[in-house]
Amino acid sequence: MDWTRILTNVFGELLAPTTAAYALAAVGLNIHFGLTGLLNFGQAGFMLLGAYGFAISTIAGLPIWAALLVAIACSVVFALILGIPTLKLRGDYLAIVTIAAAEIVRIVGRSTALTDLTGASSGLRGNSYKESFQALSPFPDGTTDIGPLSYSNNASNSWWIRLVGWALVALACLLVWRLTNSPWGRVLKGIREDEDAVRSLGKNVYAYKMQALVLGGVIGAVAGIVYVLPRAVQPDSMGRPMTFFVWTILLLGGAATVWGPVLGSMIFWAALMLIKSVMRSTVPDTVMRTEQIEQFGWIVVGVTLMMLVIFRPQGLLGDKKELAINVR
Amino acid sequence: MSADPTVPVTHGATALAAPSSPSRAADLRTRFAAVEQAPGAPKPDPIVVADGVTRHFGGMTAVDVDHLEVERGAITALIGPNGAGKTTLFNLLTGFDKPSTGTWTFEGRSLSGVPAAKVARSGMVRTFQLTKALSRMTVIENMRLGAAAQPGENLGRALLPGLWRSREREITEQAEELLARFKLDAKRDDFAGSLSGGQRKLLEMARALMSKPTMVMLDEPMAGVNPALTQSLLGHIQALRDDGTTVLFVEHDMHMVRHISDWVVVMAEGRIVAEGPPESVMSDQAVIDAYLGAHHDTDLGDDSLLTDDVTTALEGKP
Ligand SMILES: Nc1ncnc2c1ncn2[C@@H]1O[C@H](COP(=O)(O)OP(=O)(O)OP(=O)(O)O)[C@@H](O)[C@H]1O
Ligand SMILES: [Mg+2]
Repeated sequence: MDWTRILTNVFGELLAPTTAAYALAAVGLNIHFGLTGLLNFGQAGFMLLGAYGFAISTIAGLPIWAALLVAIACSVVFALILGIPTLKLRGDYLAIVTIAAAEIVRIVGRSTALTDLTGASSGLRGNSYKESFQALSPFPDGTTDIGPLSYSNNASNSWWIRLVGWALVALACLLVWRLTNSPWGRVLKGIREDEDAVRSLGKNVYAYKMQALVLGGVIGAVAGIVYVLPRAVQPDSMGRPMTFFVWTILLLGGAATVWGPVLGSMIFWAALMLIKSVMRSTVPDTVMRTEQIEQFGWIVVGVTLMMLVIFRPQGLLGDKKELAINVR
Repeated sequence: MSADPTVPVTHGATALAAPSSPSRAADLRTRFAAVEQAPGAPKPDPIVVADGVTRHFGGMTAVDVDHLEVERGAITALIGPNGAGKTTLFNLLTGFDKPSTGTWTFEGRSLSGVPAAKVARSGMVRTFQLTKALSRMTVIENMRLGAAAQPGENLGRALLPGLWRSREREITEQAEELLARFKLDAKRDDFAGSLSGGQRKLLEMARALMSKPTMVMLDEPMAGVNPALTQSLLGHIQALRDDGTTVLFVEHDMHMVRHISDWVVVMAEGRIVAEGPPESVMSDQAVIDAYLGAHHDTDLGDDSLLTDDVTTALEGKP
């Protein structure tokens, strides 16, 4: 077994743009669920909309900042459409509506009627929208080795996207930290605990829930952009499984914590890589083929999620005490 | 879970030693003397006026109030047997439920159809019969949430602590003062979910007072609160009134009602069946009928009806 290679892979996964994208998406979901108690089961929908918004407007010739604004606007509108009918109802309605709406985004995106716009099921090639982002890079072209890791400076799966992705994660965490420790965050936590109590204290619960939904959704859309920059926009890779990975990451790291989503994402992707790499080099082809190992990895994810909810429901960083008084 | 049990007792005694200002009570007594003792009686200075308020659940009528006025600056008790519609009336008045028919005003402004949060912001704050402590928040955070006019509750301003820090300090100071009054200061940093049932009642009441409301509506504030502390809380409620706050409360303990209320409104089967000062309303035949069924001639304040520990403690007997 080639441990150096395996550990390099695992280490690389810790810093990968995908890990950053998922961390960012989980930060957004944390504003929904951890802070406000909103059950959003359509975070992948926000991500896909952000990716489409950014890619399509870039292909149409808009500069990067305008494309970013389009992506954000898409997610704001999406959040409003989801929130207006459901946020006055009980929490479960939002869950049902978000899971359906995210599927609608994906299915509309991959429909052949929109081939000119979205590329239908084959999606949008990365090279058709990456240019403006890569052009912003201050680095010279080429490849840089740092420790065991070697990536191109600017192209696709680059140091540049890693830098930007993790900077965005840091920024989002800072935002969440600031907000959770503010009176605004306090109102959200109150809503999570008991909406009617907060209402009786004169707070407009509906408006707060809407703000949380929009804010978390916008962060999700930005996560979608980070996710597609090193690859392509493929609607089928951004469906329900993506939403559930984001949930797993959030619960793994610890909902309602500032760093939980980041830690959760790193551990999730690194552990998955570790399992797959070790199995690929130890399990003979006759027992399990490569694609079966891939699937086995996901089974392990599922089992981990179950164990987590049963044995450590507060996540790695969550406050045990806070959870202990949950049921009363 | 609770601290030294002797502590509240001591404080209860102090509260007993400091009764509310007699002038205020006397003033109210003269004001109420002129009020007719009948359901829907007009008051000299009503803060709440309700007309034709009904609420049906399917075929049953939970609330059917022709006319009700609540006097400003007084303590009004709303009593009635279980299922009389007291909580439902509270829900309607505070915007937590929508009436089938009816209108009502608060300080002259119509509040029918106004959402609950706006009702609270206009100065009418209520508590719940089934307490709503925000479990996974600390006691002090619960209290801070009750405060009004915190600019940091706006998303944009929340990002700039400079804009809300000073208000936060004021709020915290006010919260600590109230917590001390309600004997919860030792629990300041505990999660509200770890409080006992009675402590939650206290927290909810203290939290409701954070916004300095013009009127508080308390739904069974004393249920589950120990007798000595009850006594001191009665003192606080009277102090609130003396500061000009209007209090409307639902309570089943007749002794408590008799002790602090200036006026009593009796509901039964959704209707208001009697109104009057506490001394006379309890011997009103309609009230006794409502509670005990017809042909019963006991005064509701009679000790033979209420022989639990609370009564003994209230009366100061061993
Ligand atoms: N949401 C509801 N759906 C159906 N019926 C209801 C509802 N809320 C209250 N009721 C009915 O309305 C009537 C009045 O209830 P309410 O809770 O107002 O009584 P209450 O006077 O507060 O009684 P208690 O002293 O026991 O608290 C009861 O008969 C109750 O069954
Ligand atoms: Mg009730």
